Amino acid sequence: MSEQIKIDRFKLEGMEVEQDLQQFVSKYKEELEMAGIVVNELERSGTYLHLNQNPLQCKSHQSGLEILDIKDALSKYDGLPDYYWKAVDKNKDEYTKLAASKVHGGYFIRVSKNVKIKDPVQSCLFIKDENVGQSVHNIVVVEEGAEVHIITGCATSHKVKSALHLGISEFFLKKGAKLTFTMVHNWGEQVEVRPRTVGILEQDAVFQSNYILLKPVKIVQSFPVVYLNGSGAVARFNSILVATPGSYINSGNKIVLNAPNTRGEIISRAITTGGEIIAPGVIEANNVPAKGHLECKGLILNDGVIHAIPELKGTRSGVELSHEAAVGKIAQEEIEYLMARGLDEDEATSTIVRGFMNVDIMGLPLKLKQAIDKIIAETEKDMF
Amino acid sequence: MLVIEDLHVKVGDREVLKGLNLEIKSGETFILFGPNGSGKTSLLMTLMGFSGYKVVKGKIIFKGKDITNLPVYERARMGIGMSFQRPPTIHGLKTRDLVQMCAKYAQNKEIDVLNLAKKVNFLDFLDRDINSGFSGGEIKRSELLQLMAQQPDLLLFDEPESGVDLENMALIGKIVKNLLRGNGESPRPDVPMKELKKIRQVSGLIITHTGYILDYVNADRGQVLMNGQLCCEGRPRDILEHISKFGYKECVRCLNK
Ligand SMILES: Nc1ncnc2c1ncn2[C@@H]1O[C@H](COP(=O)(O)OP(=O)(O)OP(=O)(O)O)[C@@H](O)[C@H]1O
Ligand SMILES: [Mg+2]
Repeated sequence: MSEQIKIDRFKLEGMEVEQDLQQFVSKYKEELEMAGIVVNELERSGTYLHLNQNPLQCKSHQSGLEILDIKDALSKYDGLPDYYWKAVDKNKDEYTKLAASKVHGGYFIRVSKNVKIKDPVQSCLFIKDENVGQSVHNIVVVEEGAEVHIITGCATSHKVKSALHLGISEFFLKKGAKLTFTMVHNWGEQVEVRPRTVGILEQDAVFQSNYILLKPVKIVQSFPVVYLNGSGAVARFNSILVATPGSYINSGNKIVLNAPNTRGEIISRAITTGGEIIAPGVIEANNVPAKGHLECKGLILNDGVIHAIPELKGTRSGVELSHEAAVGKIAQEEIEYLMARGLDEDEATSTIVRGFMNVDIMGLPLKLKQAIDKIIAETEKDMF
Repeated sequence: MLVIEDLHVKVGDREVLKGLNLEIKSGETFILFGPNGSGKTSLLMTLMGFSGYKVVKGKIIFKGKDITNLPVYERARMGIGMSFQRPPTIHGLKTRDLVQMCAKYAQNKEIDVLNLAKKVNFLDFLDRDINSGFSGGEIKRSELLQLMAQQPDLLLFDEPESGVDLENMALIGKIVKNLLRGNGESPRPDVPMKELKKIRQVSGLIITHTGYILDYVNADRGQVLMNGQLCCEGRPRDILEHISKFGYKECVRCLNK
């Protein structure tokens, strides 16, 4: 399948909507909740909502936590010279170029020095109309010693079939900063998605990314990269991908260990029920001591393609990089072990698949975990 | 309870069981000896119905019904339970959840997982993925815990004592004994032995090399499996003594008679 998009199909202008927040929230409650958004903001320290091509809500409930629409942030901070297009290369490809030429919104989130935000910040990038082209630019700055968990749900309304989402995300983690970034994608069957994400980590910074894609989508092409430029920095990517028939998912991660005592881990679980998944994972170590581990497991249920491409690159003696990758079907031995406990074949299979998609390692807040379990249960129905 | 008639089993192209005849009555415990590779585990896997163990001749009758071609789960639901020698790890499946699932087809579905786990000293493992990184002795206790929830009428134990330290041996011995008594998790001093047997008759088939388990269970009969054939029937302790003195070479002679 071609990964090229016919961009002219999508309207990149004129799809701004005047919408009342309350109306929006009640009308799309289900979609929002499935994307991990807590509508009443209980146990959320802030919210950013973006609808089609304009921001709808931008609110922080905590001092030391700044949430602005990117356009406001650009004018307030003289174009954010230290951050704007400083991690992602503007000229990387046609999508970054397009995103640079047309910014509809996106969030600027900054956590002040030593402020630890207990409850997650939630954001949602939502498309409600057909053929909308949405272009957002997100910047997250976690200052020295600060901590935050950001949950971003990207979704389309149930009735939208075709749309385009371009998303630039740039993360800056200062010394000792900690960012957990959880992304839930619930797109429609004809939606094309091109996120471009880069993170830069200073000394002792800790970055964890959780990516969950369980619903049908036309094409996702995404390859977040993080650079561990300060000693002692740690990065970890967890992802769970499901490709239904007709979905094409090219989703990978890259970790670059540029400083001593850095560690990186990439763990991905991919399931296809007929779609195609390309799962590249790259860990590169250019300093010592540095440790990296990459684990990619793929299950092919029915038909479909899983192409796991683990890649390790060490440029110094003394780096410790390893990977394990396995693609196949569920081991008969596991199915029969459960059958010996009384589960029939379908029950055994779905128990194993549910375990495979288990999100426990992500350490998600309860509400979000419940939302995801619900999607998993739904996804499962169509699997066998 | 269990009748095996002229059972021939192939693994791949190789015949591993060559004409077995065996009966285990209700309430009876049978001990199976035999050298490495003689087919003991294969027999249990065949009884449980695992694919890869192909019955080419003969049949297996359980509770009066021919189960030779039944799928694994139906045998489990009919009351056959097995403790595995090398069970697979299932990532993302918590031990706690699996134990709960085991009770679904048991007589007593209302089990208290915590309480059962306490009995096998396994509380700390309930939140771990099943068999993930479990040591040899931990696997044994995990398997017993699942059987306690499952409450089978025919218990198949594959070397319940291998890899178990002395302290845990006593624990495992006690649990196996209770399972075979048919009162599963707890002793019932209020009910006399005779009455208990009437409530639920449980049979057992235990594979052992060391015979340690004989200190705990009341085993009625035993036999040696040699090269896929059964021989040397006797009292388990006598067989064990014989093997430890003379090895299995006597059995070969017995077979060739
Ligand atoms: N899945 C299999 N693939 C190939 N060979 C097998 C398989 N299972 C069993 N065998 C072979 O069948 C024979 C019997 O094996 P089995 O595991 O039943 O022996 P055992 O009596 O349980 O031995 P041990 O005392 O070592 O546990 C062995 O030679 C073994 O290698
Ligand atoms: Mg064996």
